[in-house]
Amino acid sequence: MKYSQLNQFARAIAWIAGVAVSQAGFSQEAKDPLTAWGVPDLSGVYAEFTVAPLERPVELGEQEFFTPEQFAAFEQQRLEQVDEDDETQAGTPEDVHYDMGTFALSENEGVTSPNLRTSIVVSPSNGRIPPLLPAAIERREAVAAARAGREFNGPEMRSLTERCIVWQSTLPPILPRGYNSNLQIFQSPGIVMIQGEMGDPRIIPTDGRELPENLIPQWNGTSVGRWEGDTLVIETAGFHPDTHWRGSSEHRRVTERLTRIDADTLEYAFTVEDPHTWAEPWSGVYPLTEMDALLFEYACTEGNYGMANILSGARAAEEEAAE
Amino acid sequence: MSTGRIACLAGALLVFCAAHGDGVLEELPRAADGHPDLSGVWQALHTAHWNLEPHASDFPVLLALGAQFAVPPGRGVVEGGTIPYLPEARAERDRRHANRLADDPEGKCYLGGVPRSTYMPYPFQIIQSEDDIIIVYQYATGFRRIFVDGQDEAPLDSWMGWSNARWDGDTLVVEVTGMNGLTWLDRAGNYATETARVTERYTPLGPNHLEYTATIEDPAVFSRPWTIRMPLYRIVDENYRLLEFKCEPYAEEKIYGHLRKPGTESPEGASSQ
Repeated sequence: MKYSQLNQFARAIAWIAGVAVSQAGFSQEAKDPLTAWGVPDLSGVYAEFTVAPLERPVELGEQEFFTPEQFAAFEQQRLEQVDEDDETQAGTPEDVHYDMGTFALSENEGVTSPNLRTSIVVSPSNGRIPPLLPAAIERREAVAAARAGREFNGPEMRSLTERCIVWQSTLPPILPRGYNSNLQIFQSPGIVMIQGEMGDPRIIPTDGRELPENLIPQWNGTSVGRWEGDTLVIETAGFHPDTHWRGSSEHRRVTERLTRIDADTLEYAFTVEDPHTWAEPWSGVYPLTEMDALLFEYACTEGNYGMANILSGARAAEEEAAE
Repeated sequence: MSTGRIACLAGALLVFCAAHGDGVLEELPRAADGHPDLSGVWQALHTAHWNLEPHASDFPVLLALGAQFAVPPGRGVVEGGTIPYLPEARAERDRRHANRLADDPEGKCYLGGVPRSTYMPYPFQIIQSEDDIIIVYQYATGFRRIFVDGQDEAPLDSWMGWSNARWDGDTLVVEVTGMNGLTWLDRAGNYATETARVTERYTPLGPNHLEYTATIEDPAVFSRPWTIRMPLYRIVDENYRLLEFKCEPYAEEKIYGHLRKPGTESPEGASSQ
């Protein structure tokens, strides 16, 4: 076991025991738990990446936490998979891929939050997202049918991510992703702002206002926040109907709860509800680990060579097929 | 009169009103450290985004766009009138003006850079935290983190640059470097390069107005530093909030249309998973 794995393991054990340990190089100075205007200070740069998968492997049933032995085996398997992905043979089509390691984007090179949970989803108790309702399956099939055979016709047929419109995992509820899985929180009186490294700045008023009644569709939805003791509670609704996040509709509503649990760690908990999509709300939780780091500008559309390459590749393939 | 305004006029609640930023403010809000609190939503009300220099009204960039997209007239915002370009740089500006339909990065939904983002026809929000100051621009969801008393330099160039600031009395002075030179200064083709240094000054003229100046130095294209000056207006609507202007979809046909499958059209409002 490498040092980083050992450290990760120790932090996971400590985290579940509720004991703060500082990770080498990332320990923070003790800071005032409150801002100058008297609300909990959540500001900082945080790593979102954590080992727990979003959904629990079915074979683990109702088991909420790994045993130390299970965790070690799970982590070993995960690391081997990540390493395997990088081992492609030069000159083969498989070798044409992002080499995350080159740009320090590999999930083994960033900060990973310790976590012994077997899944981010904690409710329902099987740790899995409830099945889609029939209406949601119909919606999903209608979207797929509208694209079928036209996926490469033009830019508007590509995914929201390829189009640089949104990364679904940066929308509420924020979920860890393979790289750039970091965010920053700023606070000002009456405002909390969450900026994902690949997301849009979410300006969340905490001045007592409620969500407006007639919400204008927004890719990131419209959020309002309030303080409940030490916890920031954020309610978000009014998502853009074309978001289709995990099969959900524009009626999706998300509640996020951010709480500092030690000097380096926030707990991020969320509940998703959409009666047009799932029969019951579902919830998740994972830790955010503070880093001594800066987020750099993520100018997506300005450097979107991928879209031009995808479309020109499709045109080349069509020409080839026609010959 | 709105209830927020009544509460503000009640006097005893002035601080409460200022902290909420609702409506017209009666007093300049101040942060805990005594500096002005610039937090709020602001917007320029000017034709500077069309052309920083004095300009008469003009045809739209495409005649088919008609009068509602024609260029409105403006007296300009450059101190002394015109931009002190070096001769070759002025020729380059004119070339950009001629090719503005194809080349203006605004048409491609690219980040606006500094100072252009300030006076584009979209609001922006200043969020003043205890340490840093954040500006979120509605246009293209642009974002700047301004390091107050920051000394670091940009690790590499970016669209919005690297901003270090200091307070000079009640004026926030922001030095911006590390911009990549790919942005323009307006829709007329005015520009600076990646060697530009922009010094912005945000000075409260009262609780609801700022004076904004930006001094632009770039020996690659200008014979001397030059300054633009304009007021910024607080948006005083109660409960106002920035809405998204995520403009990527509107630029796709312009950028990628030539790569579209022949015979297909952009379906308006097309969605994908």
